[in-house]
Amino acid sequence: MNDIIAQLRENVIQGRMTRDDEGIDDTLTGPGVVELTQMALDNKLPVKDIIADGLTAGMEIVGEKFNAREYYVPDMLASAEAVSEAMDILKPHLKAADLAMKGNFAIVTVKGDIHDIGKNIVAILLKGAGYEVFDLGIDVPTDKIIDYVRENKPDFLGLSALLTTTMLVMGEIIEALKSEGLRESVKVLIGGAAVSKEFAREIGADAYCADGFEAVRVLDSYQAS
Amino acid sequence: MPRAGILVQNPYERLTREQVKTIHRASLEILRDPGLICFNDRAADIFAAAGADVSSVEKSDPPHWIVKIPERLVDEAIGSAPKTVTLGARNPDNALVMNGDESRVYFITGSETNIWLDADFQSYTKKSDPSVEIHVPEFIPRRGTVADLCMSAHISEHLDTLDGFIRNVNIQDKDITEENKDVNKLFASLNNTTKHVQAGLTSLSQLDNVMKMAEIIAGGEEALRQNPIISLICCLVKSPLQFVDDTTEAFMEICTRGIPVVVSSAPQAGSTAPIKEAGILAQINAEVLAGITLGQIVNRGTPILYGTVPAKTRIDTLSDSYGAVETSQYTIDCTQLARFYGIPNYSTSGVSDAKVPGQQSSIERLFSNITVTMSGPQFLHCAYGLLDCNSVFSPLQAVLDDAHFTMIKYFLRSPRIDDGEINEILTQIRTVLPTPHKLFISYIRKVMRSGLLSPLYPFEGDREHDTVFHMAHERMKELLAKPVGHIDREKTSRIFNEIPGLLPRLNIYGEGR
Repeated sequence: MNDIIAQLRENVIQGRMTRDDEGIDDTLTGPGVVELTQMALDNKLPVKDIIADGLTAGMEIVGEKFNAREYYVPDMLASAEAVSEAMDILKPHLKAADLAMKGNFAIVTVKGDIHDIGKNIVAILLKGAGYEVFDLGIDVPTDKIIDYVRENKPDFLGLSALLTTTMLVMGEIIEALKSEGLRESVKVLIGGAAVSKEFAREIGADAYCADGFEAVRVLDSYQAS
Repeated sequence: MPRAGILVQNPYERLTREQVKTIHRASLEILRDPGLICFNDRAADIFAAAGADVSSVEKSDPPHWIVKIPERLVDEAIGSAPKTVTLGARNPDNALVMNGDESRVYFITGSETNIWLDADFQSYTKKSDPSVEIHVPEFIPRRGTVADLCMSAHISEHLDTLDGFIRNVNIQDKDITEENKDVNKLFASLNNTTKHVQAGLTSLSQLDNVMKMAEIIAGGEEALRQNPIISLICCLVKSPLQFVDDTTEAFMEICTRGIPVVVSSAPQAGSTAPIKEAGILAQINAEVLAGITLGQIVNRGTPILYGTVPAKTRIDTLSDSYGAVETSQYTIDCTQLARFYGIPNYSTSGVSDAKVPGQQSSIERLFSNITVTMSGPQFLHCAYGLLDCNSVFSPLQAVLDDAHFTMIKYFLRSPRIDDGEINEILTQIRTVLPTPHKLFISYIRKVMRSGLLSPLYPFEGDREHDTVFHMAHERMKELLAKPVGHIDREKTSRIFNEIPGLLPRLNIYGEGR
C-alpha cells in the first residue's frame, strides 16, 4: 500500500482531521487526514484507492474498535468528521474516477425547535459514511423544506425534533410532501428524543432512527436493496 | 510511593474555631471533674505516677478508681503523639501515610460483623414482555467463617477505591476459640490482601504471636517498625468515661510494642452520652484524649489515631442509628476536633441501618460517605458492605460501595483552573465556533483516556428493570476469580511452624493439612 494512503488510514483511525489535531493519544504527528488527502491527490494517487484503502479501510477499523468497546462515540465522530472533510476535497474528482457519493441527504430541525446536537451528529456520521449531506439548519418552516425538496430533489430527508410539541410538525411536513406530489421522490427518516418507531409509522415516515449509527445502517440498507 | 487516597481541599467543617475551643475546654473540664472511672489497676497506677488525681473507690466490686486527668498531662500527650502516622502494607505501594494536618482521606473497610449475607439470584420472566428475564436477589444471612473472611479480603484487594482492610467478618467456625482467633483472623486477612490490615485484639495472650506473624511477613522486627503491615484498634474507654480492664491492659501492651494503634470511642447520643451535640462531642473528645494520654504516658511517641465512632440512639430500639443525619454531624465534628490537635483521625461513614442492600441502604450510606469524606478524616473506616449497623457484611454491597467511592473521589478532585487550562480552552472555543456543527466532541477523546473524566456508573442497565444488583454480583465473581498475591511458601511455612493455633486449612500450600 502506498505510504500516503497507509498514513491516511492511520490518521482516520486516530480521528486526526488536521496536523494540529492531537488525536486520541498524541502518538501521531505530522499531516492529518485533510493534508494527507491533498497530498494523495497531488501525487496523483487513484481516487478510488484513496477512498477504499485510506478512508473506508480506516473507518472499518474504527467500527471494529467501536463494536469492541475500545472506541466510544466521540472517537467515531472524530473519524467520521475527518473523513467527511476528506470527501469534500475529493468530491470534484469523483466523476472523473467514475465514482459517486452514496446519495444526497437533506437534514433539518423542524419549525419551532432549535435543538441541533443530535442533528449535527447524524450529519457528521452520514457524511463520514459517504453521503452528501445538506444541513438546512434549525427552526426551519415547513414551506421552506418543501421548496428545498422540490428544487434539489434529495434522495433522503431527515427530520429532527426534540420536543413533543414540535414532533407534530413532522407529520405536517409529510402531509405537505404528499399534497405537493413529492412524497414518492424522497425517503423521509425521523429522529429525536421525542419520537419513536410507532410515531414514524403513525405519520407515514419511511424510518425511525434512534441515533446516527442507525441512520447510517438504514441508509446503507436502501443502498443494498 | 504510598497510596494516594483523596486529598480534600478546603474540608467541610460545621464548627467555628471558637466552638472547637469550647468543646476542647469542656472536655478538659470533664477529664478534671468528674474524671474517668478506671477498672484497670495498672492504668490507675500509671496515671497516678504521672501526676493525675487518682482515688480508689471504697469497697467497689469489681475494684475501680476515679482518675482525674489534669490539663498538663493532656497537653503533653497531644505534643508527643506523632502528627504523621504510617500504616504499612505487604505491598509497600499500598502503604498509607496520614498527616494530622493534611485532609488526605483513605478508605478502609468496616467493623467486625457477625453475619455474612449471601445473595442468591432467582430468575423471573417479565409479565408484560416474556422475552425479558429479570434477576432478583434473595439475601440469605448466615454466621461468618474464616473462609468468608478470606473471601472478603480477596474482594477488598481488588476494589480500586479501597485503601486498607479492617477484618470485617467475625470468624465463628467451630474450631475457632478465644485463644486462636487472633492469629487466624490476621493470617486470613494478611494472606488475601496486600493492603494494610487492621484488627482488634481478642486475647492479650495472642499479642506476641500476632507480632511474630507480622514480623515474619514484614521481614523482621526492624522491617515491621519501618513498614507496620498491621495496626490494632482498642476501644479502651467504654462510654460514658470508663477505662475497661482488659482492653486497657491490651492497649498499654500494644503501646509498648510501638505498633500503630487506634484509640476509639463509640458513645451513643441519648443513651451512653448526652443527646445534645455539644454533650456527645465534649464526652467523646474527653474519652479519646484520655486514651491518647494513657498511651503517650506508657510510651512517648507511640503512633496513635484519634478514633471516633459517635452515633445517635434510635428512639424505637435504643440501638445505634448510623443512618441518622446527626451521626454524620457528630462524626464530621470529631474530624474537626482531631484536626485541631493535629492527630490523624480514624472516622466512620457508610454504615446503614438497613438490613439488606437496597434503596435505604444506598441513601443512608451515600449520604454519610459524601459528607464525612468531605470533612477530610485521614482513616475513614467506611463500612464497605456493612448493613444493619455493624452486624451484617454483604460482599455485594461492598462492590456497590466501591462504585460509590469512585464517584466521591472524582467529585472531590481539586479543580484545575490555571493559565494553561484557560489557553487550551480558548483555542478550542476559537476552533469550534466557526465550524458548521459547533461541537467540542473531538476534544473529549484525549481527556477521557487520561482518567480525568468520571466513568459511567458501572452497573447501569439498559432496560426498564433494575439490573444493578445482578451486575454487581457478576462483578464480585470476577473479582474473586482474579488472583491475589499470597504470602510466599517459605514465610507461610515459618508462620505455621512457629505460631500455634493456625488452622491447617488456611495454608494454601497444603502443608500441615
